[in-house]
Amino acid sequence: MSLDVGVFCKSTLDGEVVDHCFSALFGLGQNADPSYLDWLMKAWGWTLAVAGLSLIIAIILGAFMGTLRTLPVTNGMNRVLVRFSTMWVELFRNIPILVQVFLWYHVIPAFILPLKALPSYWLVSIALGFFTSARIAEQVRAGIQALPSGQQMAATALGLTTFQSYRYIILPMALRIVIPPLTSECMNLVKNSSVAFAVSVPELTLFAMQAQEETSRGVEIYLAVTFLYALSAFTVNRVMSLIERRTRIPGFITASSDAVLAH
Amino acid sequence: MNIKLRSFVLACIGAVTIQNVCATSGTLDKIKSTGTVTMGVRESSIPMSYTTGDSRFDGYHVEVCRMILANIKDNLKLSTLRINYQPVTSQNRVPLVQNGTVDIECGTTTNNMARAKDVGFANTLYVEEVRIAVKANSGINSIDQLAGKKVATTTGTTSVQLLRKHEKANGVNFDEVFGKDHADSFLLLESGRADAFVMDGSILAGNIANSKNPKDYRIVGEVLSTEPIAIMVRKDDPEFKAAVNDAITKIVKNGNMPKLWNKWFLQPIPPKNIIVGLDLSPATKNAWANLNDKPAEDYQKK
Repeated sequence: MSLDVGVFCKSTLDGEVVDHCFSALFGLGQNADPSYLDWLMKAWGWTLAVAGLSLIIAIILGAFMGTLRTLPVTNGMNRVLVRFSTMWVELFRNIPILVQVFLWYHVIPAFILPLKALPSYWLVSIALGFFTSARIAEQVRAGIQALPSGQQMAATALGLTTFQSYRYIILPMALRIVIPPLTSECMNLVKNSSVAFAVSVPELTLFAMQAQEETSRGVEIYLAVTFLYALSAFTVNRVMSLIERRTRIPGFITASSDAVLAH
Repeated sequence: MNIKLRSFVLACIGAVTIQNVCATSGTLDKIKSTGTVTMGVRESSIPMSYTTGDSRFDGYHVEVCRMILANIKDNLKLSTLRINYQPVTSQNRVPLVQNGTVDIECGTTTNNMARAKDVGFANTLYVEEVRIAVKANSGINSIDQLAGKKVATTTGTTSVQLLRKHEKANGVNFDEVFGKDHADSFLLLESGRADAFVMDGSILAGNIANSKNPKDYRIVGEVLSTEPIAIMVRKDDPEFKAAVNDAITKIVKNGNMPKLWNKWFLQPIPPKNIIVGLDLSPATKNAWANLNDKPAEDYQKK
């Protein structure tokens, strides 16, 4: 089995080798016809765009729903909110992701007509974002419930309202606790974005399926795509660990072992 | 322990070698000595090669192959010939023919130069034409009218590249949408997410025939590309390929082909009694008149 990396320098139109294979990547040259490398980079861009948009949706909704689930059931309004957020989590984590993507693409627009005008990029990001938000909500709930109950009581004793105690006391602590599981969730999102191929988003998986058929060079194509997925997920991992270190408060739960050693 | 392991490894190597010997010895000898033959078939390539339920297989190419094998059976003076059906996919059909699991593959394999390096192809009896399916009330009649419109096609097919080439050559722009399989692409057309579905004519006709209202769709426009679809045999067995081609010549001479076309493409076919409704193309007619095993590359030059 010999690898032929030259396949990436071939034109996607006639299979001939293009003039600027790598220089086109850095904007130094311009190919008359796009090469498979150009296409691969474009596909990578789509993968990152889907992952990025769904991450924004997932973190906002996830933090919100996770917080709602921990509200003290002291009045009717809170009870409704707790029920609503519980339903949200159970609905979106009990349906397989591919089925959710098809629901958003084929079924829901049939009932809510304005959604038909939305490009599939948005629909698949909503599907991925909602799916992941259910998982993030559970992690946020776990983070909040991991805090000693004295924190909430102290906030109440200081005369803070429920909103204020969450905003200034509970969430700043809880969100720091959940950064490690959030890291896995963000990395998962990069990899889960591969389902977007099923609804015609031209991302890495669609590129792999199509290009290996056209070039008969499946091994090289899949190796390149695997590398880009791994690279993207690893970059997310590094960024998250940077955030984790930057937001650390020495002496609190998130101060990890090296802080303990310093004492 | 070590000795046991070594003998096990040796036995495996032995088994592999024997298998190779089997694969290279004549298919005809194998058919004669065992009285069986293995036919590679597709699960859902209506009407070329598909299952009608209960592990039974039928279709245009499957029936041709049964005729070929009946002819070979007579030539070998066998009283009975048992046909085993082995379902294959686009991914495994070439390896299965190469390693001898399948003796004759009767599916929807395009005869092209890349594949001809690994396998042999019998004379072409069906020429596929890439066409456009649209909704009957859309008013679209040719590919020129598709500029700027949404065009569906299936990921992992040559049609995707074909559309790209057409865009470049004619300076037009399609808004391409990709289905993950043919049924999905057709759904895009059905639900209005795409204005047209570009794919092999028989696949379009089969999907339209299977839809809720076949009258709502039409296959229109010029032929975008032609590809010979052929029966696949092993490359290293010219004797068997010659026997298959002789049988094909006989079947064509007896005037069976128009009858077969009528049966599979124009009449109701099992299991749901749908009518594919694809008229005989001049290219296929030409292939019957001048039997040959030219690869797809030769068709593009014309």
